[in-house]
Order: sequence, then structure tokens, then C-alpha cells
Amino acid sequence: MSAVGGAAVPAVDERVTRVNPLRRAFTRPEMGAVAGAVAVWVFFAIVAGGNGFLTLRGTASYLEVAAELGILAVPVALLMIGGEFDLSIGSVIGAGSMTTALLAAQFGWNIWPALFVSLAVALALGAFNGTLVLRTGLPSFIVTLGTLFMVRGATIAITRITTGRTQVGNLDEVAGYDVARTLFASSIPVGPAALPISVVWWLALVGLGSWLLLRTRFGNWIFGVGGNTASARNVGVPVGTVKVILFMLTAAAAWLVATIQAVNFGGADVLRGSDREFFAIIAAVIGGNLLTGGYGSVVGAAFGALIVGMIQQGVVYAGIDADWVQFFLGAMLLIAVLVNRAIRSRAMGGRG
Amino acid sequence: MSATVSSRVAAPAPPELAGTTPLLEVRDVSKSFGSVIALKDISMSVHAGEVMCLLGDNGAGKSTLIKILSGVHPASEGEYLVEGKPVRFGSPRDALDHGIATVYQDLAMIPLMSIARNFFLGSEPTRGVGPFRRFDLETADRTTRDEMAKMGILLRDTDQPVGTLSGGERQCVAIARAVYFGAKVLILDEPTAALGVKEAGVVLRYIAQARARGLGVIFITHNVHHAYPIGDRFTLLNRGRSYGTFAKDDVTREEVVTMMAGGEELEELGHELEEFARADGLAAGRLGEVGRELEAEARG
Repeated sequence: MSAVGGAAVPAVDERVTRVNPLRRAFTRPEMGAVAGAVAVWVFFAIVAGGNGFLTLRGTASYLEVAAELGILAVPVALLMIGGEFDLSIGSVIGAGSMTTALLAAQFGWNIWPALFVSLAVALALGAFNGTLVLRTGLPSFIVTLGTLFMVRGATIAITRITTGRTQVGNLDEVAGYDVARTLFASSIPVGPAALPISVVWWLALVGLGSWLLLRTRFGNWIFGVGGNTASARNVGVPVGTVKVILFMLTAAAAWLVATIQAVNFGGADVLRGSDREFFAIIAAVIGGNLLTGGYGSVVGAAFGALIVGMIQQGVVYAGIDADWVQFFLGAMLLIAVLVNRAIRSRAMGGRG
Repeated sequence: MSATVSSRVAAPAPPELAGTTPLLEVRDVSKSFGSVIALKDISMSVHAGEVMCLLGDNGAGKSTLIKILSGVHPASEGEYLVEGKPVRFGSPRDALDHGIATVYQDLAMIPLMSIARNFFLGSEPTRGVGPFRRFDLETADRTTRDEMAKMGILLRDTDQPVGTLSGGERQCVAIARAVYFGAKVLILDEPTAALGVKEAGVVLRYIAQARARGLGVIFITHNVHHAYPIGDRFTLLNRGRSYGTFAKDDVTREEVVTMMAGGEELEELGHELEEFARADGLAAGRLGEVGRELEAEARG
């Protein structure tokens, strides 16, 4: 873009120095996460390379972890750029998979109408979150913390009232399961390893989300709404609509992860998806998304998810006690925030 | 001093514009928030090719009036006419659709977004159809560059965040944007408030350019020294009421200052400071100077 621009400008302003393209590339929001992913990979390649981290099977194992998280991180990043949080997605995963399992396995529905209803439930929860945030003017952190607990509580209570238990199985015996399995829980053989189809969903959503953010009007509105809500409203951006849609997208992603898990495990557990909201936020923040909105990248969030996946599986491959995973993730989050802050202030030419 | 003010008859419009329909006019507009009366019976207008300065000290009601004009709040009472036709705006978008664009002091631009993205925020050009309709960034970049070049600002890179621009440049991008999107009336909220002398000069020059292009400009400020050189008419607000509208020929800069600040109070303060000075003798000589200066300014 700078090359095109350089040709159109008739004169050169002597006050501005030319920017090194390499240095320019490093001011992009996702660059911290890309560099971080390389560093983490190199680290585990050295520490755990001999234990299978570098094999296709090892790669597939951390890609699977990254994929389920990465699917969530795409809309979470978009929402964060739009200036809001959604903590409720963890319990929406539980509610979504349980709705599907109850309707199909418990009440004998075909799996497809059951999936359709659970998607509708998820979208309604997202719309409820968004509308509540807009109407009350409360921070979305608080509103969705409330719905996180409400949805989890309701899921547990309703499941126990209906079935007397907190787990529902036998989803793999219902009508329509085979097609659902192919779509949501099959795997693609790659050499000796099997790449789960969730990775394909993840990559497709990253492409779609990034295109939406960078190449559509709606994407420009997301940046505007998150950068400064009042300014965006003043130039005619439908702020409320944008935010509600973003909340519905996070809920829809939670439903997709719920579906992948329910179909894969052939059932649902009311506690499914616990803590996923925090992991998705960690992935988005490591990916260079600004907590206060207006700045960030979907591709960055994908690399954030990749880093989380590599740490989670790499620790196991390295023979380190898995208890340390959370410690490493937390440390990674803090480092990422510091690095990204430095990148951003460079992007702003020292004024940010 | 106050006698001069009240005896003045408000100038409806400069002679060369008398008889033409104003681009924008409000008649006896009032606004109250609960029991607080923010504005009472304000009338003002702006014609094509005219700079109308809206002057007032803090709390005079300028912001409330801007919000009514730009469609953020509806007026509680009074008429709002655009090109002679009564209108009622439900949102800033409505006002924009009528060609009334507002540039806010702090909210003009979003610092973390690129110049081109800011320029087209809310009115993005698109390419393609249906689900493939996308933001035409190439057109956005080119147009932004061309429009800024027309105003004499050469951009190195429309991809750079607005936060890297100076305050004056940001205001200019916002003004260029409003002009590009076919604004007939430009409402500028304190565009020079946070700027240095030279930068304020740059912005004032663009206001003159916009006027030369036939736009009506409403320039809101509390700085008479910025308003007087560029303004054609001045509407003075004080505590939610209007002192009236004055054509430039009928009023001096000093008179405007006096009316804005509430002349008597300033004069009184001057006297008081001089009293202190006398009481404290020579040690307070400098204070006396300040007092005399204040008095001089109040007298005009």
C-alpha cells in the first residue's frame, strides 16, 4: 500500500523519514504473536523434540487443542476490538452441547433439528448479552460474568430435573449422527497422524473473520465502535447493531465448539466448556488485541491460540508435570501484553 | 456596558445575504434537561458562503445547541429549518443526510484507526455484490490522499494511524471528510481549542476555504481572537440565552470580548485587584498591573 501511495504523492515532505518495510511489518498487531509462536515452537523443539513434539502426531495434537480454542478466539477477538468482553461463552458451550444432547438422546429427536434449536438458544443468549450491555450501559465484563453463572446454573439445574444426572450420553445412537460426525468430528489422515476436522473449521473461520474485519464495512465499524463509540455514532455507525451482532458471533462460536465436542464424545456434560472464556481471552490478548478495544487482529488471535495449544501439549511432551501448564500460560499472557504494548506505541510513532 | 448590549438590535443577516433562504435556521429553540434549562429561546441562522461564529464562555449552552443542530438531542421547543423546510432529526445520521456535518473537538477522529479508515468510517465505499460486497480500501486510500492534497496536506501514508497526526491535521482530515461527503453546513465544535497558534491558523485557513466553496460554517469557540478574523456574523450565548446576532461591521472585537465574559464582572475584578495592590503598596506593584490590564480589556 505504501508503494502505491509513494507514487501518487507529488512531493516528499522532508520532515518524514522513510520507514523501513521490515520495521513497518513489526508494527502490525499480530507480529508479536507470530514471533511468540516461533519462539515457543523452537523452545519445545529443543526441549521436547526427541519426545515426539516434532512428529506429525505431535503437531496434530497441539493443533487440535489450538483449533477448539482458536474457533472461540476469532469472534472473541472481533468483540474485543469492538470494545467488549464475553465471559459467558464457557457456559454457553455447556448449555449448547446439553441442549443438543437432551433433545436428541433424551427426547429422541433427529440430531439436526436438535442442533438447530441449540444454535438458536446460543444466538438468543448472545443477543441477550449484547442487548443487556447496551441497555444498562454496564461493563460487558460484569454483565457476561452474570450470564456466565446464570447459564451454567440453569444448565445444571434443568439437566438434573430432566434426567436426574449431569451427563447425557448415547448421542452417537441418534438419527443423523453419522453425517454430523463427518462434518464436526471426523479426521483427515495425514501420514501416520490424523488431523481433526476442527482444524479445518478453525482455519476457515480465521480466514472469514479476518476478511470480515479488514475488508468489509462491518469490519471498519468494529474498529470504529471499539476505538471510540461516540465518534462512531456521530458519523452514523449503527453502534448497537454492531455490538449485538458481535455478541451473537461469540455465542455462535461457542455453539460450534459445543457441537464438535458433543458429537466427538457422543454426549454432553453440564460442566463442558469451563474456563474456555479465559483461554479464549488469553489467546486474543496474546494475539495483540487491545483490551480496551479499537485495535487488534484475527490472525493474531489464531497465533495466540496456537501458542496456547503448543504450551499445553508441549509441556506434556517435554515430560514436565502438566500442573505447570497454567503457570506458563499466565506468564505468556503477561509477556505478550508487555511486548504488544511496545509494538503499539511504535505503531503510533511514540504518541500512543 | 450592559446598556450597549441590550440597546443593540440583532442583525438578522448581512445585507448581501438578506432575502436568501438560510441553509440552516433555528427559531426560539429551547432545551431543558429535567428542571435545568440549558437553552432558552435561541434563534440563529447560517447562509451559504458564510461563517457564523457561535461564541460563549463555558456553560453558555454552546454544546447543547450543537447537539440539537447535529441531531444528537431533539429540541424541547422551537423550530429547526433546513433550507426553509422544518425538520426533526432523530439521529446524527438524519442530520448528515440533510447535509449537516459536525466536527467535534475530541471526537473528530479515532486515533488507533488509519487515516483512510477514519475518513470513510460510516460511509465506506464498497465493491462487489451480495455476500462478496467488500470495503474498497484502494478507492478509500486514493480518495483520502486526493482530498487531503486539495487542502494542501500531503500524506506519506494513508495507512498510518490518525494518532500519529498533530491536532491541527486531525481537524483538517475531519473537515476534509465532511466537505467530501457533501456537507452543506459544517458545524465545527471548538476546532482550534487545543491547538498552537500556527496550527490554529492552518485550521482557520481551511474554514475560509470551506466558505469559499459555498458552505455555511457554524464555528463554535470561546476564543474571540480566532473567531473575529474569520467570522461574518457572531451569535453570543450567555447562560443559555442569546445576546443576539451581530454582523462584523457592527461590532468590534473588544465589544465581543466584553459581552462574552460578562463585562461588568471583569471590570469589577480589575478594580478589586487594584485595591489590593494599593493596600499592599509597592510589593504588589505587579498585581496592580494585572488589574489595570484586566480593566482595560473589560473597557475595550
